[in-house]
Amino acid sequence: MAGVADLETCFVESFALEPGTDPRSLRFQSILEWDSVGHMQLIAAIETAFDVMLETQEVLDMSSFDKAIEILRRHGADL
Amino acid sequence: MAPTSEPDDRPVVLVTGASRGIGRACAEAFAASGWAVAINSTTEAGAAQAAAEIADKHGVPTLAVAGDAGDDKAVDGCYRAIFQRFKRLDALVNNAGILCDGPLGMIAPDKARRAFSVNALGTLFHIQAASRLMRRRGAGAIVNLSSIMGTRGAAGASAYAATKAAIASLTRSAALELGPHGIRVNAVAPGLIETDMLAGLKPEQLAERVATIPLARVGTAAEVADLVLFLASDRARYINGQVIGVDGGMP
Repeated sequence: MAGVADLETCFVESFALEPGTDPRSLRFQSILEWDSVGHMQLIAAIETAFDVMLETQEVLDMSSFDKAIEILRRHGADL
Repeated sequence: MAPTSEPDDRPVVLVTGASRGIGRACAEAFAASGWAVAINSTTEAGAAQAAAEIADKHGVPTLAVAGDAGDDKAVDGCYRAIFQRFKRLDALVNNAGILCDGPLGMIAPDKARRAFSVNALGTLFHIQAASRLMRRRGAGAIVNLSSIMGTRGAAGASAYAATKAAIASLTRSAALELGPHGIRVNAVAPGLIETDMLAGLKPEQLAERVATIPLARVGTAAEVADLVLFLASDRARYINGQVIGVDGGMP
């Protein structure tokens, strides 16, 4: 299964982050790109990268990088 | 969640409320066209039996996924099972629904809430989960079951008609939102169709209604399934956000 670097890639590519931006510093709606549309883009990227199917409540709860790690661990990710 | 035979590269459809009626006809139509079919019903036994019968009859992979459409956790469970088994979903037929009839003054609040929960919210929950799975491939088709009652109204079935109108509205909004991701969303609006739902009509009531249909007969579940299968197929690749009647021209 994918790792932390892959999760960082999901954030960077979903939100087209500038080099040097730390995904861990982001929160849902803390940047323009992480709106509800961007969120679904991120979810699609994470589900694909980690080969998981999240629950709808987990989609709603995934409001930060750390929260993403917490949720992915529930699905067996070694993060 | 009982699997039958092995998955392969064929397209995968989930049909909700597929143990009987229009849902069963849809599942049969997809299977006859070579699709792998995930069969949803509220009960494990109903889903398993339909899945086994369809696999046996058509020789396609099937998967029984039981769960109430109005229960969002149960809906999530259906998609986890589909993901584990097939890793993909190409089409969703949002058919699960319950009837709630009676004149306005006689509609019990609990029955009305239940009808909205299963018919309208259930359709929403399935679209939410299905579209996430479809987005991975950048393609998919969702067909929702509305009703002529939802588009024209129905005296004596206001609550049911309102749930079906909600499905038509949901179809148009979801089509706008999911179209950019390659996912088409359409609805069919059946008229008078020969299913269990007609059983409550007295013969004279049925005759009276049939008399209003230009084609002078009730439709069959298979005739609805033909349109559903077409809308899910690539032949309907430029049709999106539509609510299409299957009603014999019923006014």
